[in-house]
Amino acid sequence: MSKVTTAWLIIITFGTIVMAQENSLTVEQIVRQANQVMYSQGENSRANAKMTITNRRGRTRLREFVVLRQDKDEQGDEQNFFVYFSSPSEVLGTALLTWKHGQRADDRWLYLPALDVVRRIAATNERSSFVGSNFFYEDITGRSIEADSHQLSETTDLYYIVNSRPKQTSSVEFDSYQTWIHRESLVPVKLEFSKSNKVYRTVETLAVAMLEGYQTVTQIRITDVKSGGYTVIEYLAVTYDLDLDDGIFSEQSLRNPPAIGKG
Amino acid sequence: MMAFVRSGFVITLFLTKAIWVFAQEPPLPIGLGEEQVSAQPVETPVQSRRLHGFWETRLGLRTRGNQAQSGDSSLVETRLQLKWEKSWDKLVLETRGDFYLDGVSESAEFDLRQFRLLFRPIESLDISVGRQVITWGAADQLFINDLFPKDWQSFLLGRDVGYLKAPTDAVRISWRNKLMNLDLVYAPQFTPDRYVTGERISFWDPLTQDFAGEDEELDFSVPSSWFANDEWALRLYRNFGSYELAFYGYSGYWKSNGGQRLFPRQVTFPRLNVYGASFRGPIGKGIGSLEIGYYDSVDDSSGSNPLVNNSEFRFLIGYEQELAKDFTGSFQYYLEHMVDYDNYRRTNFIGPNRDQDRHVVTSRLTKFWLNQDLETSLFAFYSPSDQDGYLRPKVSYRINDNWKVDVGANIFWGNDNHTTFGQLEENSNVYASWRYSF
Repeated sequence: MSKVTTAWLIIITFGTIVMAQENSLTVEQIVRQANQVMYSQGENSRANAKMTITNRRGRTRLREFVVLRQDKDEQGDEQNFFVYFSSPSEVLGTALLTWKHGQRADDRWLYLPALDVVRRIAATNERSSFVGSNFFYEDITGRSIEADSHQLSETTDLYYIVNSRPKQTSSVEFDSYQTWIHRESLVPVKLEFSKSNKVYRTVETLAVAMLEGYQTVTQIRITDVKSGGYTVIEYLAVTYDLDLDDGIFSEQSLRNPPAIGKG
Repeated sequence: MMAFVRSGFVITLFLTKAIWVFAQEPPLPIGLGEEQVSAQPVETPVQSRRLHGFWETRLGLRTRGNQAQSGDSSLVETRLQLKWEKSWDKLVLETRGDFYLDGVSESAEFDLRQFRLLFRPIESLDISVGRQVITWGAADQLFINDLFPKDWQSFLLGRDVGYLKAPTDAVRISWRNKLMNLDLVYAPQFTPDRYVTGERISFWDPLTQDFAGEDEELDFSVPSSWFANDEWALRLYRNFGSYELAFYGYSGYWKSNGGQRLFPRQVTFPRLNVYGASFRGPIGKGIGSLEIGYYDSVDDSSGSNPLVNNSEFRFLIGYEQELAKDFTGSFQYYLEHMVDYDNYRRTNFIGPNRDQDRHVVTSRLTKFWLNQDLETSLFAFYSPSDQDGYLRPKVSYRINDNWKVDVGANIFWGNDNHTTFGQLEENSNVYASWRYSF
């Protein structure tokens, strides 16, 4: 056998193994990659977020803020977030610093400019409303993959359908949730949260764009099925892999945010 | 025949399943599938307007007859706050000022709340010069190591809680580093609290054994020579994981009346040095905090001068937790311990002796409703040693992104006239405000 043939054989063999692996991702890999697409593309990112909250009577509220994110490890379990509010003007200058931890409760600090005070927020309940919207804090920063056990329940032409159950039921309000993950891109397209076998909350990806080589979710809607109230978040001017100083995720920048954090 | 029925059943089942799957399967979002999107959404994001502020009208009424005040109104004012900011490369100018018409004092006022230049020569260093509001410490609505000016008048009358802190003219240097972050504040001229003067809020005067109100023209002798009567404040702080540790130092003056002069009668602000520390971090399901401070009353180091406040230890321990969805509760225990109590008791001739220890417990309950548009809260102070208390209930409703309405009260009570909250009993008030933010 010539060297060339041997080389070809090796390439084909490896190629086949790689392809086979791609076709049969484990549920952990699927969930991990979907989480990466949603919350941890690139090493860091910056976006202008525009949040429209519509209550059950159809009345709307607008919140605008800048989100800066920095990953602290490969998996994106440890991340830092800096959120600076610019609208409505009542909350202009308010800033939120989050140190997200994979294995324990996040650390959160809120800065109120009128008093120049940095408050510590009790963050045990990550599933409480983010600034009065249908988003939970956890929907902004991501839910730890390890918090739930995941099961691939079905693979359709378009989607992996994954069922997830919380390992600790006491800390969450749901019994389970089902996720439709687009097979080709691994974008989570829809999540349905159930309690007592009834879907009461949905998370939908409305728009996706390929930005700077990263598959980016640019529009999400979260609906409270029971009341009909919903919140749409749009991420505008998304950029990745910026040169972010560590100080951005410290008390210093709550009091004096860098220009990049003010939008 | 049976086979036909069975196959028909199977087909029906299959179709049902197909329809079920079709109905359940979410459609692909924009940008996935056929059409790839690689451009940013076209829209000007965050507003870039530079002038902000609000217009607010606030009315307050006394709920009890006050022998030392003539009017029934505690607050009648309409206020325009303007906020303007300009940035250059490493420099930011921040300004904020309040113009208001005061119906109680029948005057037009201007209160410059902020006018500072923020300069960041290197990433880890911030220098802030000018009029600014500064806050630090771990306590909630109680202050140990935060000796920056408070506006007690506004707090007790029911202005927005954002007015609890008064601005100070100072230079602030903040240096972030790996070992210990540093905050150094120098104010060339002493700024006292906006303390209770008797005008609008009456208080117990232990010397005359009577309430001092609008007609008592007490002479407040505030040290005010530039550079001679200056203030220094220092904070060293760092995080250990999720826990925050800080050390503090202050050199200046008692911020509210800390002493008396007799001939002629003057309220004084004697020298004060404060040393302290604080610790804050997650405990159980909530956030715990601890703060201690030693108030060194320099002009009365032995504690035997009855005309100057004695030295004190101050101690606070607090805990806050989310009790249910959109419902937070907190609790604090606070202690003021007079150091040279024997000397105080021996020499005091002004009114009844206070206790050596003043204990205060506070509780805060906050509940949000209607997508957090409606906020109900109660902050309660209670002192078991002074037998007095102070309740601050408040309801706040956001009508839309611009309009907000507040209704609240300040209720004081106490068994004695000379205690902190007891003396304020007749100043109890209710208030309402409406604010348009832009």
